[in-house]
Amino acid sequence: MVIKMRESIIMKIHYGTALGAVALVAVHILMRMSQKFTDSLAYQNVMANYHFLPYALMLEVILVLLSVHGFNGLRVILLELKQGVTYERAINYGSIAAMAALIAYGSRTILMAGMGMS
Amino acid sequence: MATVTVPEEKKIDSTPAAPEESKPKTITLRISRSNPSENLETKFDEFKVPVQKWTTVLEAILYVKSNLDHSVAVRYSCRQASCGSCGMKINGKPRLACYTKISELDSNVITIEPMNNFPIIRDLAVNFDQLISTHKKMKPYIINEESEVQPGTKEFIQTPKDLEKFLQFSYCIKCGLCNSACPTMATDESFIGPQGLAQAYRYTADNRDQGKKDRLKIVDQSHGIWRCHFAGSCSNVCPKGVDPAMAIQLLRGYLLGFRK
Repeated sequence: MVIKMRESIIMKIHYGTALGAVALVAVHILMRMSQKFTDSLAYQNVMANYHFLPYALMLEVILVLLSVHGFNGLRVILLELKQGVTYERAINYGSIAAMAALIAYGSRTILMAGMGMS
Repeated sequence: MATVTVPEEKKIDSTPAAPEESKPKTITLRISRSNPSENLETKFDEFKVPVQKWTTVLEAILYVKSNLDHSVAVRYSCRQASCGSCGMKINGKPRLACYTKISELDSNVITIEPMNNFPIIRDLAVNFDQLISTHKKMKPYIINEESEVQPGTKEFIQTPKDLEKFLQFSYCIKCGLCNSACPTMATDESFIGPQGLAQAYRYTADNRDQGKKDRLKIVDQSHGIWRCHFAGSCSNVCPKGVDPAMAIQLLRGYLLGFRK
């Protein structure tokens, strides 16, 4: 099966995920400032973030946005580096697979921490 | 026969004042010599060339061909920056040899190399096949089912404002300097390149044209318009004042839905 998506659609997603990630990461960083920075990284506080559903959802969204943006960026760099049908197909599918794997692994971490299974 | 005597003080000197003499000087021309068909290593041959302040790089190369080494391979034609044949790298920058004066380079050593991002045929002559085929792929003509020449149809109205949208891009002479300067083309040989993309915009922006959909589909591919990093070096080297980097951004506007 060959998945064909127009490059303009991919790039719209690329730009959209960049803007979304900047906004949400800004919120994420500002949340560190709601208390002393070192306190915000204390084990109990970090776990509390995962137990707070809206925050855990935001972390999940950040994970998805950064994974999609990052792996598409890597795909573009690798496509410019070398050309060839087999190579390009491997890069395209490899990027999607790596992106899915990272999202799955990150989601598992968020889910386990949220459920207190750490 | 009557003779007229002109008073001494009224005698006019008919010889025009001689222009200020330009002092000829000698420069060193370093020409890249290579022949990929014979797998010869690239080397530089040096030639001493006498130049005046108006001597162009092309004239200096032709001096070498006429007097010093006739085997230097160079492509040229019009000698007036109209045909786009004599593009080459002069002191590291892609320029037209016929449009570059030795005096403006401000150096006694001029290094001339073939353009980057083009296969070399020999010495300074490069292969334009890819540029021409990409140009053709962009459908560089007005696509319109109606024709001005058909009876009963009116001429296509175009205001000066409509013309302004694409006029500068129609000055392209296909010299390939923009493609040579493009950093993306240096690594991505499948990239359409600034020349092709600027031409795609030129016809897409023309209000007489109806081929926008086709052209946008051609440029909207993995080695198309999105691979431009907006370095702007294409616009920097264009001898005709065309701004391909801007054309690419304007063309992206159509694909992102900012322009109709």
